[in-house]
Amino acid sequence: MSSLSRDDVANLARLARIEMSDEELVNLSTEFTVILEAVARVQEVAGADVEPTSHPLPLRNVFRPDVVTPSLTPEEALSGAPASEDNRFRVPQILGEEA
Amino acid sequence: MGRTASFKSTCSRGCQVNLTYDDVISKYEPVLGLEVHVELNTHSKMFCGCTTVFGGEPNTQTCPVCLGMPGALPVVNEKAIESTILIGVALNCSIAPFSRFARKNYFYPDMPKNFQISQYDEPICVNGYVDVEIETEEGPKQFRIEIERVHMEEDTGKSLHVGGATGRIHGADYSLLDYNRAGIPLVEIVTKIIPGTGKYAPEVAKAYVAELRDILRSLKVSDVKMEQGSLRCDANISLRIIGSDILGTRSETKNVNSLRSVERAVRGEMIRHAELLNNGARVVQETRHFQEDTGLTRSGRSKEQAEDYRYFPEPDLVPVAPDAAWIEKLRTTLPERPSIHRKRLQEQWAVPDKEMAAMINADVLDIVEATVVLGADPTKARSWWLGEISRVANEREVAIVDLEITPSDVAEIVALVKAGDLTDKLARQVIEGILNGEGKPAEVIAKRGIKVVSDNSALMAAIEKACAAQPETAEKVRSGHLPAAGALIGAVMKATGGQADAAKVRELLLVFLEQGR
Amino acid sequence: MIHKSAAEMATALASGEINSVQLVQAHFDRIASVEKQVHAFLHLDTEGALAQAARIDAKRAKGEKLSPLAGVPLALKDVMTQKGIPTTCGSKILEGWRPPYDSTVVANLKKNDIVILGKTNMDEFAMGSSTENSAYGPTHNPWDLTRIPGGSGGGSAAALAAFEAPLAIGTDTGGSIRQPAAVTGTVGVKPTYGGVSRYGLVAFSSSLDQAGPCARTVLDAALLHEAIAGHDPRDATSINAPVPPVVQAAKSGDVKGMKIGVVRQLNGDGYQAGVRSRFEESLELLAKAGAQIVEVSCPNFEYALAAYYLIAPSECSSNLARFDAMRYGIRVGDGDGASAESVMNLTRAVGFGREVKRRIILGTYALSSGYYDAYYGSAQKVRTLITQDFINAFTKADVLVSPTCPTTAFKIGEKANDPLAMYLNDIATIPVNMAGIGGMSLPCGLAPEDGLPVGFQIMAPAMQDQRMYCVGASLEGALLSKWGAPLLSKAPALGGAK
Repeated sequence: MSSLSRDDVANLARLARIEMSDEELVNLSTEFTVILEAVARVQEVAGADVEPTSHPLPLRNVFRPDVVTPSLTPEEALSGAPASEDNRFRVPQILGEEA
Repeated sequence: MGRTASFKSTCSRGCQVNLTYDDVISKYEPVLGLEVHVELNTHSKMFCGCTTVFGGEPNTQTCPVCLGMPGALPVVNEKAIESTILIGVALNCSIAPFSRFARKNYFYPDMPKNFQISQYDEPICVNGYVDVEIETEEGPKQFRIEIERVHMEEDTGKSLHVGGATGRIHGADYSLLDYNRAGIPLVEIVTKIIPGTGKYAPEVAKAYVAELRDILRSLKVSDVKMEQGSLRCDANISLRIIGSDILGTRSETKNVNSLRSVERAVRGEMIRHAELLNNGARVVQETRHFQEDTGLTRSGRSKEQAEDYRYFPEPDLVPVAPDAAWIEKLRTTLPERPSIHRKRLQEQWAVPDKEMAAMINADVLDIVEATVVLGADPTKARSWWLGEISRVANEREVAIVDLEITPSDVAEIVALVKAGDLTDKLARQVIEGILNGEGKPAEVIAKRGIKVVSDNSALMAAIEKACAAQPETAEKVRSGHLPAAGALIGAVMKATGGQADAAKVRELLLVFLEQGR
Repeated sequence: MIHKSAAEMATALASGEINSVQLVQAHFDRIASVEKQVHAFLHLDTEGALAQAARIDAKRAKGEKLSPLAGVPLALKDVMTQKGIPTTCGSKILEGWRPPYDSTVVANLKKNDIVILGKTNMDEFAMGSSTENSAYGPTHNPWDLTRIPGGSGGGSAAALAAFEAPLAIGTDTGGSIRQPAAVTGTVGVKPTYGGVSRYGLVAFSSSLDQAGPCARTVLDAALLHEAIAGHDPRDATSINAPVPPVVQAAKSGDVKGMKIGVVRQLNGDGYQAGVRSRFEESLELLAKAGAQIVEVSCPNFEYALAAYYLIAPSECSSNLARFDAMRYGIRVGDGDGASAESVMNLTRAVGFGREVKRRIILGTYALSSGYYDAYYGSAQKVRTLITQDFINAFTKADVLVSPTCPTTAFKIGEKANDPLAMYLNDIATIPVNMAGIGGMSLPCGLAPEDGLPVGFQIMAPAMQDQRMYCVGASLEGALLSKWGAPLLSKAPALGGAK
């Protein structure tokens, strides 16, 4: 039976950038034990000979021509920004390195 | 070269060591891996129609798609696919009959969706190679660099870090994001691991990036300017003991912004790894940043705590399945391989190696060729571009290609000199005029009234006048002291506003003074 | 007037019996009188809607040729972007956000001069089956205000059932149009995947999401379907083919000779008794109308729910990553010493509700290295098997049918703390999304035990949406004859005067 420990959930919360209280982590860990058991059923029929689907439609090669179309104005682009300066989005100090 | 230069560095325990490159290569052999990112020169972005023009005002080239707004969807730029297939074909890759985009999930403010649309296990091109040649003490050596894959992805926005001392991310108070660059098509070219370069690893790495750059430039799919970021190189290096099968731990070095930096970074990392290993320390698998000023690398994000990117096929895009006919058609448009092209030109123009190298280093080969194609003599074309025009470019601190003067201008001028309608000196004036924005050659000539004074009578008049004004000098020449003629020629040139052909003046003058033939 | 169908309103507008401003105002009056009880809407665009109505009236007065539904009002699920109008997706994290662009669906509505009254309530980011997961409070089922209206599109369905609008737009990922339609006694259609553009549809699960028409009659849904469907170059997954002839099919309603397949795995075994009995009575009506009822088996359907609850959370964990307080939406925790990372973490903690967080974490897990093959990878294989089951079944039948969901509307709060029980609401609707085919729910009666509406689901092969409308119209007609009046006329009166 698969399960997630509180620490496993904490790692996932870190990956997903969601701060969680200890209580939340423990609750989720409990819930997931049940949920994972239910969803793990997919392994029963997912044989090696079955191709995975990632698209319901058999579409291929959908492209657009390399043509410039109008952009938003900076005002429109920044209209929802929590903070901005000089037509740029202003964000708090970034701790991590650029990829 | 600096092969025996020693690099002072600090090992992990803080002690200073002083290892030479020869020390390093006597014990270890390097294994390289090179990742090159190319910014394509499509008109619009990878997944939306925003323009890709460089240098726009912040956030004036964005839309819901490249801003990652809720509800926005990507649609693939056909030209980007075409360019990537061209690159794959030029690098001798197989083009995948079926390839897919995938999401690479991680959080970073310069990535609007907090995932990058890239490719994962189904890239568009696989298994190619590039042959490079380097100069060694034992003569030229060839290496075949195998290409693992070529795939497509989108570029990120640009962040400006405010408040820190150096404008770098460390110590900044906050950051400002401009998403104009977000979504510009990038092609990533990844080599297989490159063993067997031995002590030539730095040169091979540099030669590979240079050859890649030239191939991409000849395909016209990118500006490939490392200084501007349209060609970026990450170098992966590890060391293993000579004769051993066991690969060492590798480090990845980013921020390598020039060909010279590629060479320096590889050499520097080889020494750094060797010092650690010699001291019994461990090489940490991490990302490092190359520092131009010192030639050393600085530790960045540790890759040991690597983020899990949770790749999965991009559900908003459908697979790319280029048909064989399209690929073949693109293959027929491939230009001549740069190295072959260069050899051919060198033969045609009968240019010595040193001068060929000078043209390549100054990046004027293409422009000289364009001038020759228009009818100019290769030597003359070369001397103008490498001489006067290069000088002005350096003075103005711009690239030669960014100057106003074109190959057709230079070809025209060369033709005029050949026909005797311009002297070299006058040609220089015309060039000066063009570079000052006064227009095309004909316009400059007309505006400035540039004209070779070839009318002998006018010249004779000036000669007589000059001799009359400087009787002692004329006497000197008459008595056989030819160098003195210079002053008289100078006077004639001045009198004709520099528009006489100096050689002609000299000829006429000497005859006049009974010294000519 | 507000009790008429959209088609009837359109006729009245065309004949001059009423004008659009009056019609729209009548609906705003109705909304004012019942909204406190129903809470279907999150935002009302009174000014914009009346202005648009006036423009349409002017066009009509000039004798301009107008679309069939021109001037008729509509309620828009708050998951679709509408330029300049608040779009929250039922979430706190987008509180106050006004998109700078219209979704293609909205652009099509505007092109057809359909008047958007406002944005309707929904489960946060379309995750849920009851609209209880909305950050702005639940919507109440007009049939019984203590009960859920279904989800995630409960607001749109309730608005229809409460006569606050004759038309609505919903979106359906696992049943979010069809299940609310079933429990509110209205009609809801999920077109074939790719039939309606997703550009501007805030993504929950990209390979499953689809916008669709909601109405009180099959013909109304068909008219709306034709107004919003079609190829969109901005959506790489949209179908590049003509819209299927759904209006024609809805008008014909001729099922003679059609084979109607009952899916054994979805035949109502274990469902609420009244749901089952109404379903079987409907089968009899269809048989009387000349259709042949056959049984088909889709054995892999029993894994559909499990696969859905891996695929949808996985895709949503990625789709919702963009809500990070940097470019739009709320920002929490920005102050001394705050980093971008801490602001992201805190904003998402505060801005997302419990179900959304649950699914993001589940999805993050299912995609993570080492678990991908066992979870997401396996789920996508189950999807292939389900699609194959449908293909096989459609060789034996022209459409497939089932009850839309196992029960009638449950009480608000009844299943809120039991996620798995909540997920079971979608057991009959999910297979349709997994295969990308079309599905419709229409009302087939009230369950005797509680007097609440029951839905009948019709499933058609991909790109054959017209078959659903044909069968739906037939059943609807037969039921209307049987009841003598539309089902909704039996719904309790709400608000002040009717």
